[in-house]
Amino acid sequence: MSAILIAIVVLAIVGVVAGLILYYVAEKFKVEEDPRIDEVEEVLPGANCGGCGYPGCRQFAEALTKTDTLEGYFCPVGGNDVMATVAEILGLEAVEQEKQLAVIRCAGSSEFRPVTNEYDGPSNCAMEHALYSGHTECQYGCLGHGDCVAACEFDAIYMDPVTNLPVVVEEKCTACGACVEACPRDIIELRPVGKKSRRIYVACISEDKGGITAKACKVGCIACGNCEKACDFDAITIENNISYIDPGKCRLCRACAPVCPTESIWELNFPVRRSIPSNKVKPKKKPTT
Amino acid sequence: MPEYKLLTFPKGGVHPPENKLTAGLAIEQFPIPSKVYIHVQQHIGVPAEILVKPKERVLTGQLIAKAKGFVSANIHSSVTGTVFKIDEIYDASGYRKTAVIITPEPEDEWAEGIDTSDELRTDIDQFTPEQIIQKVKEAGIVGMGGATFPTHVKLSIPEGKKCDILIINGVECEPYLTSDHRLMLEKTEEILVGTRLLMKALKVERAVIGIEANKPDAIEKMTEAAKKYEGITVQPLKVKYPQGGEKQLIKAITGREVPSGGLPIDIGAVVQNVGTTFAVYEAVMKNKPLIERIVTITGKDLERRGNFRVRLGTMVKDIIDYVGGLPEGTGKVVLGGPMMGKATKTLNVPVGKGTSGILLMRREETKRKEVLPCIHCARCVMVCPQGLEPYLIMSLAERGMWDKAEEAHAQDCIMCGSCSFVCPSNRPLQDYTQFARNTVMSIMRARKNK
Repeated sequence: MSAILIAIVVLAIVGVVAGLILYYVAEKFKVEEDPRIDEVEEVLPGANCGGCGYPGCRQFAEALTKTDTLEGYFCPVGGNDVMATVAEILGLEAVEQEKQLAVIRCAGSSEFRPVTNEYDGPSNCAMEHALYSGHTECQYGCLGHGDCVAACEFDAIYMDPVTNLPVVVEEKCTACGACVEACPRDIIELRPVGKKSRRIYVACISEDKGGITAKACKVGCIACGNCEKACDFDAITIENNISYIDPGKCRLCRACAPVCPTESIWELNFPVRRSIPSNKVKPKKKPTT
Repeated sequence: MPEYKLLTFPKGGVHPPENKLTAGLAIEQFPIPSKVYIHVQQHIGVPAEILVKPKERVLTGQLIAKAKGFVSANIHSSVTGTVFKIDEIYDASGYRKTAVIITPEPEDEWAEGIDTSDELRTDIDQFTPEQIIQKVKEAGIVGMGGATFPTHVKLSIPEGKKCDILIINGVECEPYLTSDHRLMLEKTEEILVGTRLLMKALKVERAVIGIEANKPDAIEKMTEAAKKYEGITVQPLKVKYPQGGEKQLIKAITGREVPSGGLPIDIGAVVQNVGTTFAVYEAVMKNKPLIERIVTITGKDLERRGNFRVRLGTMVKDIIDYVGGLPEGTGKVVLGGPMMGKATKTLNVPVGKGTSGILLMRREETKRKEVLPCIHCARCVMVCPQGLEPYLIMSLAERGMWDKAEEAHAQDCIMCGSCSFVCPSNRPLQDYTQFARNTVMSIMRARKNK
């Protein structure tokens, strides 16, 4: 009987002593943490996509609590609404940013861009890009192994089985930039969504001379300069044999698209044009979910 | 045949079929083609700066592009003719790069000061080490074993380092290739003079010429000729791939190991290929810049194989047409050997300073087999001459875990391809380890520059 009593007493003493030590240590080595970090993290989407430039939402929240201004801090997934709430919590002024979407700047489907080589290496864009310029004559265009699809956390991009080009699902894309990072060819660009989700851009990044591009791909930009001349707002520049439409200057007038001889200027979500002949109307890229 | 004591590297290695089909064929001069395409970057480093304009007449051996910066190399015209245009064309990497296209005249008119006679010149005492390095630099010589690293950079020993041994790489462990083998047989004396020039430039007393034991005729001839020079010895090496890898060769001959991330000079060794040594001889003794090289053209189905002395900038297509066109059933045309060479995207690729061979492979040989899951047999680990774990590096590379790949020493891969060669599951180990190596190296460089 006494053995049981002794055991209970000893255990109780050990428990109390250990508890006191733990309490003391916890008090002594307490890490002071800004309570706002938890609050901010609560509002953030929690996708840990890295679109803000930080490894995850927690780290972004920590960075936010330390800053004096929200300039340069933006959660592309949450958008302006989340940033406004964050600003409220932190007592800072919210910096609005235009919502962006990823666009694929290559239209070279197998129909327009003939395959010249057989590639039987690992099915991975980064790998094929490292080995050589790709299985078509174009050394800038999409390789079609879907590194961007694998990188997307939001299922917002998929490979079109017919064209073998990636397609962005507008409703799901959060402009986190993971696909931009993953693409070894730098084909994917983040562009502002635009009014009524209307966007216009050059679906080609080939810096080759016009002749070489035309030979490699029927829908490549040959840098003829027609679009530059057609634009009344100086939004189009041609550099390194490639035309680029500056989304900041573009007024979405669509003057450039009909003059493009290779139809490499893409219009998204515009109403069908009446004034141009039917053979000039490009296939509209209508994303389906 | 005399008995040799054969040295080799300790870790790993494989024995691919040698297929040295052209070993018995003497070097032939390849005719001047109808156009030459000379890339301004045929070396590791900064592209050279073009000095000529279209319609300008250039002489054979004339400087047409000047080295830009220290790690760069001069480019010379390999023919006499008129510059047709400057355009972008494919090079061995599979990407379009700037090249000078020249329409040659049938007769060569050599630039001033070049000695084109075959006479052997051995009076090396007239040059100081600095003069030798300067001449090597002017001649645009790069490592001709395939790595194309500018030779003058390798010869300029950094402050605080000391070189005590020069190794001449005559191993040629790649299957099929015989260009170095033929050069050693036909230009023995010239190579030895080149070796002495390199010894003088590096201020070393000892030079070892490493030759794989599958070239007994070359070993014999070089040993015989080397007897008259003090300090130069010929070392036969065991037949094992990659015996000719720089790090493996140093380990085999000196027993020293190049530290991870280090250079051979860190352990007092400099390695030069026999082709480079011959080019050094020509540059210093004959004032002849690097405008031609020996290219082995071979393949199992090719009837007219050979070792050709080809002017740099000759299209691969011209060479293949000259030997009778592509045989039926050719799957890949590889520039270099079958282990480390690279299949060309198109035949319209010119021969560069690093093109040691053109190999036509049969379709069934080149077809990749179905990739099966890794069975963890560790054969890749056993054969890796660098002691790496290719299966691990591959799975890290597949997942993009570059920090872990660095811990696994992916940056020490020498891209020899032994792992892919032995894998029973046909896994693309070499593709991934090479990819991991390049990615990790660029991450490390970026970190260093920060």
